Amino acid sequence: MNWEVVIGLEVHCQINTKTKAFCGCSTAFGSEPNTQTCPVCLGMPGQLPVLNTLAVDKTILTGLAIGAQINLESKFDRKNYFYPDLPKGYQITQFTVPLVEHGYIDITTKDRGDRRIGITRIHMEEDAGKSMHEGLDAVSHIDLNRSGIPLMEIVSEPDMRSSDEAIAYLKNLHQVIRFLGVSGADMEKGQFRCDANVSVRHPGDEFGTRTEMKNMNSFRFIKQAIDYEVMRQIEVIEDGGEVVQESRLWDSVKNESRSMRSKEEANDYRYFPEPDLPPLRVSQLEVDNIKAGMPELPHQLRARFETEFGLSAYDADVLTQTRELSDWYEALVAAHPADPKRCANWMANELLGRLKELNKNIEDSPVSPNQFGELMDRMGDNTISGKIAKDVLDAMLESGKSADAIIDEKGLKQVSDTGAIDAMILEIMAANQGQVDAYRGGKDKLFGFFVGQVMKASKGKANPGMVNQRLKELLKG
Amino acid sequence: MPFSSLSHIQTRLDNAETTAVEVAQLYLDRIATHNETLNAFVYIDAEHVLAQAEASDKHRAKHGARALEGLPIAVKDIFCTQNGPTQCCSNILKDFHAPYDAHVITKLKEAGAVLVGKTNMDEFAMGSSNETSAFGPCRNPWNTDTIPGGSSGGSAAAVSAALTPAALGTDTGGSIRQPASLTGITGLKPTYGRVSRRGIIAFASSLDQAGPMTRTVKDAAMITSVISGHDSGDATSVADAPELDWLAACDKTDMKGLRIGVPKEYFVEGMDAEVRASVEAALKQCEALGAELVDISLPNTKLAVAAYYVIAPSEASANLSRYDSVRFGHRCDNPEDLLDMYTRSRDEGFGAEVKRRILTGAFALSSGYYDAYYLKAQQVRTMIQQDFLTAFENVDIIATPTSPITAFKLGEKTDDPLTMYLSDIYTIAVNLAGLPGLSQPCGFSADLPVGLQWIAPAWREDVLLSAASAYEGATDWHNKSPKAFDEVSGGES
Ligand SMILES: [Zn+2]
Repeated sequence: MNWEVVIGLEVHCQINTKTKAFCGCSTAFGSEPNTQTCPVCLGMPGQLPVLNTLAVDKTILTGLAIGAQINLESKFDRKNYFYPDLPKGYQITQFTVPLVEHGYIDITTKDRGDRRIGITRIHMEEDAGKSMHEGLDAVSHIDLNRSGIPLMEIVSEPDMRSSDEAIAYLKNLHQVIRFLGVSGADMEKGQFRCDANVSVRHPGDEFGTRTEMKNMNSFRFIKQAIDYEVMRQIEVIEDGGEVVQESRLWDSVKNESRSMRSKEEANDYRYFPEPDLPPLRVSQLEVDNIKAGMPELPHQLRARFETEFGLSAYDADVLTQTRELSDWYEALVAAHPADPKRCANWMANELLGRLKELNKNIEDSPVSPNQFGELMDRMGDNTISGKIAKDVLDAMLESGKSADAIIDEKGLKQVSDTGAIDAMILEIMAANQGQVDAYRGGKDKLFGFFVGQVMKASKGKANPGMVNQRLKELLKG
Repeated sequence: MPFSSLSHIQTRLDNAETTAVEVAQLYLDRIATHNETLNAFVYIDAEHVLAQAEASDKHRAKHGARALEGLPIAVKDIFCTQNGPTQCCSNILKDFHAPYDAHVITKLKEAGAVLVGKTNMDEFAMGSSNETSAFGPCRNPWNTDTIPGGSSGGSAAAVSAALTPAALGTDTGGSIRQPASLTGITGLKPTYGRVSRRGIIAFASSLDQAGPMTRTVKDAAMITSVISGHDSGDATSVADAPELDWLAACDKTDMKGLRIGVPKEYFVEGMDAEVRASVEAALKQCEALGAELVDISLPNTKLAVAAYYVIAPSEASANLSRYDSVRFGHRCDNPEDLLDMYTRSRDEGFGAEVKRRILTGAFALSSGYYDAYYLKAQQVRTMIQQDFLTAFENVDIIATPTSPITAFKLGEKTDDPLTMYLSDIYTIAVNLAGLPGLSQPCGFSADLPVGLQWIAPAWREDVLLSAASAYEGATDWHNKSPKAFDEVSGGES
């Protein structure tokens, strides 16, 4: 039987403001429990929310980056439910009129190619605190440091048809958010969390009953959870059963999901307009100003890197994976503009490979863009060969010294003096008269042997181009 | 002196005829004598009161007097204060101490006022008789068998019996004006957004507004001028509200050229005949002062009570969710699990009326009912606002009775919430429209005070104060005091 998968995603993304959404408390991660709280985010009597306008600006910026409509008047609502980590007994969110609507993210997957995934809305809301039950006997602990941290909830259309598309969407969205600098989007810290709505149907049919997989914070788990859920639903239907609309929780240890609650017992959130906050009004001028300050997005950077610097699609893609990478590359070619392609190649292949082994990101690289550029220049001016350059890079990463210092210290300067190279060649020819005769007799393949001998004699320092040229000359006899 | 106005005490202080300590002691003595009868105060810290008065005298000597220097002001138990408990007269907040002052409390302190204590009120301001208080009912000084009105009943009774010269109340559906009317004092509800709500325990956020309860119109102006103004900590406090010269507005002695709208819907069958007679006499007085009476219609008034009893409980149902016993407030003994902790703590902590409103509100917001109740009520609210806008195209101010009846007997209506709700029939529309309203004494019915309500366009408290001042200047109702509490007066007032 032919099944089609339908996936819609909801992403909760913490906005990286210094202070919380509705009070002045710090949003710093990892502090002692309940040290970043105040009467407002503790839900004390008589306390009122005051909106953090920076969080609004960052949500607008995100909306503009996904080609969405910014609602100049949006509204806050209360979502009512009881839970100990929700101090007020309601969450301030945007239910009826969100700040951002009708955007999209473009994705590419192997199986389905280029596709545009619709984004229904982005609304602002506040995070809840954290409840801790594990390792505690008959009590639970609550940490309200997270209570009131601003969130964007980014809701997609049910446009994805495979877990690969879902992951591609999430990765692109994640990348855009990181490029905009609107969120740390650190998944391990819960700054980028995903709920997946999954259903299956026969192509052309109405949507099937969906289930919601809650609160996943790794791309791998999300893919596993979706794949598991698809299989489970197909099995249920093929066994003659019906999928129950419910929320499910992914257990990443057991690699299975389990039911949280079914729709019959689902909360009625009793949404209604938040009377403590007037409608959120932004002017077109403010939106335009935010738009004017919008940084280049990954796809724009990729295109520019290809045209401006002549990079391969592969290199351009690698160097635009994160904002830090593209910034690093731009700093590199700004200071050392001689050969942007060589820079890109070496950065993508040699530097990043080595950093990966050192478990470092580009922003933690012990070699600065400028130092790396000097190394590129030493290849460009034939001071060293590419082969030597790799050794120099190793030494730079280890010692933090400049390329020139290492070249000097270790005497790695390339030999480009014709006289010195000729002398070496003649010595080798004299010592290998048999091979010289054979070469001259038509055994062309022996050319490589002579190159090897010269490079060996020069300890790799001879300029390879020159060696080739002089060998050809002298071997002619 | 106890029945003196705030401004009279101020003059005596300014002339060094008395001191803030003497004044404070006088009212503390009266509280000690009479509070047992009235139950107007639920918290008094005499030492703290005298310390504030002493500090005020020192401040006056050293730096001169501030706007309310040395003047005693009591506050409803709904205002968070760092000194003493803030319990909203509810068991769920028993012994709760707020680690902060409400914005208006800060403003009073900065103006040199001496905060006298916390006054009784209906639990969470839900009631019209002060009978839902967890600390027992408060009594009306004019007849201690009757209620003082509510929800700011304690503040009203305290001012009426001169246990304090002035008090703060809050008004969500009439909670300042109705008790002011029933106890023969003046009460002002400012325009919504005029006074910061920060630190005032929320009942219905879109309706709540704090205001003064005083012996005279000018006293109300003195206090409002201090507590009003934009607060960046309250997003509903309006930043560009028109500034008023509060005290100058009270200099008015006539009503020449004033067009007073008299809505026919506010004079109906079933209202107390003497209330009607008193208000009609008051309107005649206004005519004598130069005003022109204009018959107007506020056709949607009849829907106000129904709309209010959907909107206010809806907001309250969410506002009161924070009393979940997790972080503060009453928690039941030995909860079995989370659900048991929630349900038992809230069941034990909240009184019957509060529960009734939480349930009403939760129901009105439930999916499937939202459109029929909450949304419909909001539509009615818009219609009521429109009624007033239309009326104010023709008139400067509207005059009505504050309450259709005078103070009723304790227990008389407690079993009949619907009749109880109707006692706010004349005040509720003002809150729904966000307008300023003022009640002032205008007569008696069977020895119980009757109140006259003034309603002005938004931000025009000056119009209210001018009309009420002119009326007050021409009448003597505000000088009447309940005999049982006037033993030392001998004509001095
Ligand atoms: Zn806070």
